[in-house]
Order: sequence, then C-alpha cells, then structure tokens
Amino acid sequence: MHVDLRIRRFNPEQDKKPWWGEYTLKDVNRNDSVLDLLHRVKWEIDGTLALRRSCAHGVCGSDAMRINGANALACKTLVMRLAKEAGDTVKIQVEPIVGMPVLKDLIVDMEPFFDHYRSVLPYFINNSPPPENGRERLQSPEDRMRFDDTTKCILCAACTTACPVYWANGRYVGPAAIVQAHRFIFDSRDEGYEERLQIMDDTFGVWRCRTVFNCTNACPRDIEVTKAIAEVKMALSTGEV
Amino acid sequence: MADIKTHTFDAVIVGAGGAGLMAALYASRGANVAVISKLYPTRSHTGTAQGGIGAALGNLEEDHWEWHAYDTVKGSDYLADQDAVDVLCKEAIDTVIELEYMGLPFDRTSEGKISQRRFGGHTNNETQQPVRRACHAADRTGHMILQTLYQQCIKNQVHFFDEFHVVDLIRVGDSVRGVVAIQISTGDFHIFHSKAVLFATGGWGRCWEVTSNAHSLTGDGTAICLRRGIPLEDMEFFQFHPTGIFRLGILITEGVRGEGGVLINDKGERFMERYAPTIKDLASRDVVSRAIYLEVQAGRGINGKNYVHLDVRPETVNSYLEQAGESRRIDREYIESRLPDIADFTRTYLGVDPVTEPMPVQPTAHYAMGGIPTDIDGRVVVDAENTVLPGLYAAGECACVSVHGANRLGTNSLVDLVVFGRRSGVAMARYCRETELLPLPPNAADEVIAEFDRIRNGSGGVRPHQLRQRMQQTMTANVGVFRTEETLSTALDTLRQLYEDFSRNIQIDDKGNKFNTDLLETWELGCLLELAEVTTVSGLARRESRGGHARDDYPERNDDEWLKHSLCYAENGSYRLDYKPVVIGRYEPKERVY
Repeated sequence: MHVDLRIRRFNPEQDKKPWWGEYTLKDVNRNDSVLDLLHRVKWEIDGTLALRRSCAHGVCGSDAMRINGANALACKTLVMRLAKEAGDTVKIQVEPIVGMPVLKDLIVDMEPFFDHYRSVLPYFINNSPPPENGRERLQSPEDRMRFDDTTKCILCAACTTACPVYWANGRYVGPAAIVQAHRFIFDSRDEGYEERLQIMDDTFGVWRCRTVFNCTNACPRDIEVTKAIAEVKMALSTGEV
Repeated sequence: MADIKTHTFDAVIVGAGGAGLMAALYASRGANVAVISKLYPTRSHTGTAQGGIGAALGNLEEDHWEWHAYDTVKGSDYLADQDAVDVLCKEAIDTVIELEYMGLPFDRTSEGKISQRRFGGHTNNETQQPVRRACHAADRTGHMILQTLYQQCIKNQVHFFDEFHVVDLIRVGDSVRGVVAIQISTGDFHIFHSKAVLFATGGWGRCWEVTSNAHSLTGDGTAICLRRGIPLEDMEFFQFHPTGIFRLGILITEGVRGEGGVLINDKGERFMERYAPTIKDLASRDVVSRAIYLEVQAGRGINGKNYVHLDVRPETVNSYLEQAGESRRIDREYIESRLPDIADFTRTYLGVDPVTEPMPVQPTAHYAMGGIPTDIDGRVVVDAENTVLPGLYAAGECACVSVHGANRLGTNSLVDLVVFGRRSGVAMARYCRETELLPLPPNAADEVIAEFDRIRNGSGGVRPHQLRQRMQQTMTANVGVFRTEETLSTALDTLRQLYEDFSRNIQIDDKGNKFNTDLLETWELGCLLELAEVTTVSGLARRESRGGHARDDYPERNDDEWLKHSLCYAENGSYRLDYKPVVIGRYEPKERVY
C-alpha cells in the first residue's frame, strides 16, 4: 500500500518557522509501524529528519509523538490501525508532542518534564533498619498489587503532553509526575508519603487536574492515570493512604 | 578551532543502563563521578528485559548458589571463567536483596518474600529438574531494575550528562585520561578529563538484520576500545534467540514453549522432533535456532519465506499433549493469564491472536557473550596474561569477564549487570582515591573531530543506509546461527568492501550541528562495521562448534584445541588473534546434554 506522510519539520539552524514535509512511501506493509515509515523517510529520502527512538517495541518511551492528532508511541502505532478503509492509500500526519519547546523536527525539550519528575521525590524512602536476618523486607502480594499499575510508567510524556491543563500552564507538575509519586505513596514499604503528599498538595500539584481523561487515553501502557491522580487527591482529602 | 569545553571528574561512566547506573551508585560514594549517556537513562535497553533476575534465594524451594554456578558453567558450554561465575552466583543473592532495599517492587510469594519462577537452564542439580530461581517483577523485571537504579541515582544526586554521545577514549600509553563526547543538542565536542573511565554501553545486535536490540545498540564503547588498542574477547559468540517475532525481532519468551507451544514448518510438521527427539521444542536456544534455520534453508519456511510458526493454540497444544499421553489440557483463559505480554505483542505488532492463529517467528540476534575483556572487578585487561590497563573499566553486556562463555542462560544478564556493575563501581572509587589525576594530552580530541569532519563532508554518494542494510544482510546470511568457512569468508569479503565504501564514499544529508542524528548514526555504523568484522574474523579462526558459535564444517566441540578465549586486536588496518586459557574450577568440562 501507499502512505502519504506529512511530517512537521523544523530546523533551528535554517528555518524561521516550522513547515510541513510531504513524503510518499510505496510498498508499505500493513503492519509497518509509524516508526518504520519515519525511518524510511530518514534513510531513503531525507537524512536530516530528526527523531528520538530506541527499542522500537513500546518499552523505552523515546518516540512519543502526535500521530493523526493523538499522542502515541510511533513504534507501537501500526499503519493498519490508521487506515480508514481497506483502501490502498493512507494519509498519516506526524507532529511533535505539544507543550514542550520543539528543538528540531520531532525532538522536543524534555528537561521541563524531567524536572517535574525529579521534584516529586521519585525514589524509595525507607530509613528503618533492614530485617535482622539480612533478607528482603516482606510485603504481601495484596500490598504489592496496590501500586502495580503506576509501576508501569515509562516516562514517555504522552500523558503530560496530552493534558490541556499542562498546555495552559507548564508549571502544573503533570500526570506523569503524579503517577510516579503515586507509585511510592501507595507502596506499603515506603515511608516518604507525608513529604510527597505535601508536594502534591500544591496549586500546581495534584489540584490542577480537571479530570479531563486525556492522560488515560494517551497512555501507551494502559495505566489508569486519572484514577491514580484521583487516589492521590483522596489521600490528601482523607489523610489516609 | 574553537575551544573545547573540558569537565573534570574523578571517574566517568559511559552508558546509563543497569550496569552503568549500578556502578554510578557505588562509585559516587567514594569519588566524584559523572554518567555520560547518549540516551536519557530510562531509555536504556535494560528496560526491555522481561524474564527475571536469577539468584539462589531459595524462597520457594531448595536452591544453592553452587547449583546456579554449575548451571551457568554448563550453559556456557564450559567456556565461562569459573572463578567469575562463582562471584556472579554467590553475590547474586545479596545484590537482589539490595535491589529490594532500594525499593524494587518484586512480585511476592504468599509469605511476602520475593517470588521466583522457573527458567530455561536453571536446575536443581540433584534432581536435574527446573528450579525456581528467577526473581521477577511482573513481566517487566528489567524495567523495574532500570527505574529503581535511576531513582536511586536521583536520590543520591549522581551527576548526569544526558544526550552526550561518547565517541573516543583518551588513552596515553598505559593510562587513560578521559573521554571525548558530543553534546547531541548542539553538536559541540566536550572533553571529560578523569582518572578512570568505565564503559557500560551494551551490545551490538544491530550488526544483524533481525534483532531484539534497540536501534541505539551499536557497540560504541566496544568499538572505541578496539580502536584504542584493546583486544576484544570471544566475539564469535553471539546468542541467537530462536523465537523473535518475524521481521521485528521482538522476543517471544521461551515460556511459550514451556507452556506447550510447538514450532511448525510449512508442512505442518513439528520439526523439532527430528532435531531434538527427547526434549524437542525445549532444547537449548542455540539448538532450536539452528533447527529453524535449517528448515528455512530446505524451503520449509512458511510460504517459502524465512520464518516458521510458533503454535500455542489450545487445539494444537492439546493434541500434542494427548499424543504424549498427558492428561493436562489448556484453554483460551490459560493462554491469556499465563502469556499476557506475548499476546499483547503479537496482537499489537502483527494483528495475530496467539489463541486462534500461530505466531510467525525466526531466530533473532539477541546477546553478545563477548566484548571488552575484564577481570572480576571490571578492570579491563589487554592481553593473554590479563595485564590490567589502569583506570579503564567495563561492565554489563559490553564486557567479557567471562561469565557467559559461549552461551548465556536466561536471567543471568540482569545478574551480571548488577553484580559486576557494583564491583566495578567499588573498584573504580578505590582506584580514584589512590591515584592522581594525570594531565590531558594536547589535542586529545583532534583525531575524532577529524573523523566526524570526514563523515560530515563526504561526497562519495553512498547513503549510510545502503551500507548498513548490506552489512546486516551478509551478517544474517553468513555469520548467523549457522556458519561455515565459506559463509564466513564471504561475509568477510563483503564487510571489507563495505568498510572501504564507508571510509571513502559515504555521504550524509545533514550538514548541521544541532541534533545531527544523521552524522551520529553514520558514526555508529562505523562501529558496527568494525565489530562485525571482528566477529567474523574470530569465527573463521575458531574451528569447532560451541554454544552460540555453530559451524557446520566443524560440528563438534573440541576442548583439546579450543577450550580457550579468543582475543582479537585491530592493528594497522588488519586483525590479529591471540588466545588465553579458560579458568576451570570445580566443574570439569563434559558433554553438554539437556
């Protein structure tokens, strides 16, 4: 099949404004991914196309992009899912994710995203002495499952950059950072929940969320992001974790 | 030439996967350390590991580190250094517990202990039955390890240089002075001046056409060391996992065959009955990979193409169970609950539902057993006498200790990362305390800057992708699961031509500075070409079959002549081979039968 690919291009060393690059690819397989198509453009047509990618199977989180208007991982988005009918030509539009400065083509500045992530104390805190027998701390399977969903986060930024509240004000810590905080707040072994909840309890913390659900829709790992955010709000409201 | 920014640290760590981050945590306790990574750390390939991390905790049944060691030595086809294997297996236990203290969310037993599962090659040495040794965190153990280590680095304020691409090692005689890196966002060169350097840059599966490896796994640290006079050890041993998803290379775990899945050719035949009559589809990875390849060569691939089917449909599995006289039967729910991630992969990437259709699979280039030679503290050794090059370290997949010998067992890579990452970090910190910072040589970056100028300004008309494709095709056809004198020689000729083209005729599109991924990926291609050639040269020389190196013209293992590690040096435009002995301990090499 054919694909008409439209990619949002921007070279800071040459362009004053972004522009649309139009590329036609032939002999596309139905189960090629958008990443495969981007690679073909880069390798066969225009080597200046800049994008981040690594594992190519939806685990590393490098290639979050806006594909036909919705955030997704390019490597996990197959052409056949974007084909409207069983026709022979598909139109696909690829742009960088919204809400972070575009550095070049599909590469955005991820520093603000990682700054928010670092701000929520995204690491295990437990200052109690370890078990005397020198073995692992115990945790029941139920306690382990309590925070299972939010351990899946790959920091791809699809959720945060799908959030209209984040678009309106980048000071909002964003869904991903809240997911990361949730993972520790609800881990029965962690002792830092008071500190983290205090960080969440901020105008630009969890209270910014307007329950839009864009984050949950965008997450390529199927994490129930809005639910996790709500659980943090509940923990702050009720004082219970 | 503009002034090059120089940063001074006690030690720099190149690569931020499991090994690099573990080393950073330990080294930063005693030294001023910087981690330099071409990717944001959480993008590292450690994050894709699923199966588990092997450690003889014995939480669910009796287990001993000595059993783990024996399994590892046997799995290595007796090429692993047994003193290193002992360290790996003994320290695995404490290291896994330490990961739990760092917060790693392991799955739990009903008693609340770390949960463990069975995995290929790991046995109770007395009964020879599979033992539950693989500690797991859902089906994303690697992801959890990577995230946990990165989180701890943030907690301990480890210094990161994210998206800085290291392109050279500064070596002066028998000492290292630092590294040269490119800041990807600006294209500027930077010098990192340090007492010690650790490479933890991972594997180079991208030498082959079908691989489980990320696009970024181009063997940078390994190639840099080769160029700076360090030999590469056991490069002929590269693991081909038998069941990667057709064309994509994404792994379908051995667990599918463990649950009853069978491999079928175009004639609907369960062909493993011919190649491994006793254990059939659960034969070791190298045996199964070769069987698949032979079927494809004989024209029995599905529709004549280069893949076979992995069939785990209940009706198929149940019919073979019935034939085998077993009463066990499976159904759709069983598949969904036992193999949820596999179902997700094949549905997402192929639109294939494993419950109703067979999965197309082919051998996929997976893991480098060989690499930069080190001792058990991660110190790089540069000859057959194991002479240490002071200040240079390597850990993880890019290093060769050797704990995996000719073939690696599943779950042993994650152990390797954390055990030897830790030991290297500790050793490096101690070295830094006892050493003065030596001065930088003048013009330390000139050579590599000239190389980048050459690539950037080339006008020979050859697109990098053309070379990369041809390299990958020849490596897959000739230096894959199945090798002969003829195939290896063919590959060598092709690779030499490709390298000539790369040196003289390469031309890229992007002449800019910022995020010039065209330039950087072309430089990476140079690394792959060199490592491909070293792999082929080492493979040509080794006239036996052992583990992942299988030669149809020398199908037997030959301990009398070949129980030794290869060392390949790049010297004056050609390659020289040397050998060093294997460290034998408690386990005398014997025939490897499963």
